[in-house]
Amino acid sequence: MTDMTSTSTPADMTAKVETPFQSFRSEFFESKIATVALGLLGVIILLAVLAPWITPQNPYDLGQVDVMDGRLAPGSEAFAGYTMWLGSDGAGRDLYSAILYGLRISLTVGVASGVIALLIGMTIGLVAAYAGGRIEAIIMRIVDLQLSFPASLVALMLVAALGKGVDKIILALVVAQWAYYARTVRATALVERNKEYVEAAQCLGLSRARIVFRHILPNCMAPLIVVGTVQTASAISLEATLSFLGVGLPQTEPSLGVLIANGFEYMLSGRYWISIFPGLALLLTVVSINLVGDQLRDVLNPRMKK
Amino acid sequence: MTAVLEVSGLKTHFFTRGGVVKAVDGVDFSVARGEIMGLVGESGSGKSITGFSILGLIDPPGRIVEGAIRFNGEDIAQASQQRLAGLRGNRISMIFQDPMMTLNPVLRIDTQMIEAILAHEKVDRRTAWERSRDALGLVGIPSPEERLRAYPHQLSGGMRQRVAIATAFLNKPDLVIADEPTTALDVTIQAQIIYEAQKLTKHTGTAMVWITHDLAVVAGLADRISVMYAGRIVEQGDTDDVIDHPLHPYTVGLLGSVPSANKRGARLYQIEGMTPNMLALPDGCAFGPRCGMRTAACAAQPDVEDVAERRLRCFNPQGLAEARP
Amino acid sequence: MTVFVIRRLLQALLVVFLMSLIVFFGVNVVGDPVYMLVSPDADQADIAAAIQRLGLDRPIWEQYLLFLKGAAQGDLGDSFIFGEPALQLILQHMPATMELAFTALFLSIAIGIPLGLYAGLYPDNPISKGIMATSILGFSLPTFWVGLMLIMLFAVELGWVPATGRGDLGSFLGIRSSLFTLDGLSHIFLPALNLALLKISLAIRLTRAGVREAMGQDYVKYARAKGLSTRRIIFVHVMKNIMIPVVTVMGLEFGSLIGFSVVTETIFAWPGMGKLLIDAILQLDRPVVVAYLMIMVLFFVLINLIVDILYSILDPRVRLQDQGS
Ligand SMILES: Nc1ncnc2c1ncn2[C@@H]1O[C@H](COP(=O)(O)OP(=O)(O)OP(=O)(O)O)[C@@H](O)[C@H]1O
Ligand SMILES: [Mg+2]
Repeated sequence: MTDMTSTSTPADMTAKVETPFQSFRSEFFESKIATVALGLLGVIILLAVLAPWITPQNPYDLGQVDVMDGRLAPGSEAFAGYTMWLGSDGAGRDLYSAILYGLRISLTVGVASGVIALLIGMTIGLVAAYAGGRIEAIIMRIVDLQLSFPASLVALMLVAALGKGVDKIILALVVAQWAYYARTVRATALVERNKEYVEAAQCLGLSRARIVFRHILPNCMAPLIVVGTVQTASAISLEATLSFLGVGLPQTEPSLGVLIANGFEYMLSGRYWISIFPGLALLLTVVSINLVGDQLRDVLNPRMKK
Repeated sequence: MTAVLEVSGLKTHFFTRGGVVKAVDGVDFSVARGEIMGLVGESGSGKSITGFSILGLIDPPGRIVEGAIRFNGEDIAQASQQRLAGLRGNRISMIFQDPMMTLNPVLRIDTQMIEAILAHEKVDRRTAWERSRDALGLVGIPSPEERLRAYPHQLSGGMRQRVAIATAFLNKPDLVIADEPTTALDVTIQAQIIYEAQKLTKHTGTAMVWITHDLAVVAGLADRISVMYAGRIVEQGDTDDVIDHPLHPYTVGLLGSVPSANKRGARLYQIEGMTPNMLALPDGCAFGPRCGMRTAACAAQPDVEDVAERRLRCFNPQGLAEARP
Repeated sequence: MTVFVIRRLLQALLVVFLMSLIVFFGVNVVGDPVYMLVSPDADQADIAAAIQRLGLDRPIWEQYLLFLKGAAQGDLGDSFIFGEPALQLILQHMPATMELAFTALFLSIAIGIPLGLYAGLYPDNPISKGIMATSILGFSLPTFWVGLMLIMLFAVELGWVPATGRGDLGSFLGIRSSLFTLDGLSHIFLPALNLALLKISLAIRLTRAGVREAMGQDYVKYARAKGLSTRRIIFVHVMKNIMIPVVTVMGLEFGSLIGFSVVTETIFAWPGMGKLLIDAILQLDRPVVVAYLMIMVLFFVLINLIVDILYSILDPRVRLQDQGS
């Protein structure tokens, strides 16, 4: 053993010590695909945020939309003089503008429901871990029960009962997804509690809070981030699906799903662009979030094991 | 006695990202019919890899880079997978360390035994089943018909290892390689298993390589012993000779760390230092850094020499005078 | 085994009971039951009659018992739109959905497992990497979007198969299904593929992960040491171990296939209960929505039950545990 301590050479001491964040960063960017996906996601978010300043038209200001421009092919010139690079939809809205505004709504719904579900699911999971015993058992039964139904069906049922609207769909998505977060916290809790088992047995009362705040909370952050990314992507996709089915967002708040639904009727007649372009935007968003999530999982996972 | 197996200059290396792991680096030994050869060494010394090399079960990034493995006169070191599959389980069998892990958990014992026969012989299932049953009886398993219908988890560890031994002898092989078959079992079961294996080799005339890290185990079992260190055999000779008069300092150390009645109360001897890092072996004798007898000569690689009816890799053999008859 | 089944049955009954509570209070306490259960264009007299008929003037626990009684007798109210019992309406549409879901399940297993097996056996092969990339896409792409693309490509551009609707029904062994006619098959192909896509990806991932894990296990090395053919090792030793988790998960996913069929049926105008549900939601036909919900609860509970029992049959370890208790 003495051998081992004496082997640390001065070179080791002077070597630049990477902070956890730096090593996380360098590991994340090791994957080219994930790097590209992250860049793409950045661009998508930027476009959505800047939409009012970089589009020729506010597609929901009826004063700016001209029905005469309806169903124009990509590259056509609008009556107002600008070029509609992606064409126009049935109501004469410039698709490029409509897509950026639609992205705003889709991302807002996805991120809002993701964050709220994370906070609620995490709180419930921590409460279960703190309370332990019967309360924990009951909470986990409910989580298991909910997870045995597909989230899409739960959300569909809720919007069927609640009706249309941004607030309602966010509520439906939160209810459909909180259980995934609660389960994630629970998984961490099981591991951590086993580690602390002996200590916990010595002073039950105090160590509970300690385990929850010193061990479970910090350790479930990494998996929660991973689950959060993937769930946000699935929330965006689910909202688009519900809106496409006509039970999600109303025409007055047209997310990408609504735009795709509007174009569906024109699709069979060859006016592909009305559905395709919003669909591509949705696709790139969901796929890039998922790729980032995949890489996050790979990078964060070994750290969890340590 | 004719040698069933003759290994010479065997080198099996793993080409890993971190560098080349010379798990087996120049191993020679031979086993004759009905003979039991004990292959002894500490964890990581390359015993299992030697065994797997003989069966041709080395997977990438590892491969046999040099040497010959003559089995009944035929060199199988670079034989085709097809040829090897014909020998495996048929002429050469292997028993693994952990019977919990080696029997397939979802297949019944009869399935796993019968398939070993059917893989090599065209007999009907009934015959194969009967042979399996008889084989189980031979290793001392009571009511074998019932055991055949069981799943592995329904048997105890000792039972499972008996099943593995019975399976190994099913096709009356010429050679059995037993890779620490008793390490996972408790001591009484260990003794029974050793007894069964010994009985079977004498009974069938099968040659056997018994791999272990426990000198005490092979002392009462093997005819000859090869002591392995860091991929090489450092000492080889008749069991009694080696146990009574070890020449290599490493063998001396190994023997010193075996608890025994006449040394009760005395502190058990421990070999100094840690097991070598296989990615960064010293240039000279691999045992050098841990050896109390180290001299300047040890900076070079010791060759195999025949000393006192022993094959030895050492510049400073211990107690040579006593060993000489 | 019987103890196991009975215990699971009791658990399932408890879940159905709990869900009926949730549905009941969801409809009667959170929402306005009159609004929920009476057609919106009913007049004052109708409403009074309905309140009387539904027993809404009675205490809540009595109402719940009435609801339970009605549900037990299969009476979940009449559809506003069709005037038929909601339950009957759903049962009429169920075969089309079942047919679609079963075909999709079959496709996902028939396509996903072989691809996953290949990707697991040759992980570094470019084809395997392609398979895995596709499966990531399969997970990310929204089902309805893929459906649109399938229609665009196969129905509109290539004109190989019809875009929408269910084809002619054929009869075989007393079962009427569109699977038994050519026209029916050509109609079901696209929607079934669309519905299966996510599950194909899932089957690929599960199988690949399982194969990679199993191939590293000792029992595979042991099977090789017995000289078994690669085919037997993969299809008996590896697959039998993998099929357990894959079958469990895929079976559990059957419920979600039925759930997802809502989307696929809408896009492909497939006359199943998913399309019925969406139409009911859009037309505020609440009794149908409630009936669909109860049917789905029953259905999911049943699936979980069946999978649990199947699992215990497939995995001898689970079976034994239960015999012990
Ligand atoms: N797949 C592999 N890749 C790289 N190195 C390997 C691989 N398999 C074995 N080795 C190395 O080969 C060396 C010898 O391994 P081997 O399993 O033969 O040891 P052993 O003597 O059987 O030890 P034990 O008593 O623990 O079974 C070890 O140092 C090990 O690290
Ligand atoms: Mg070994």
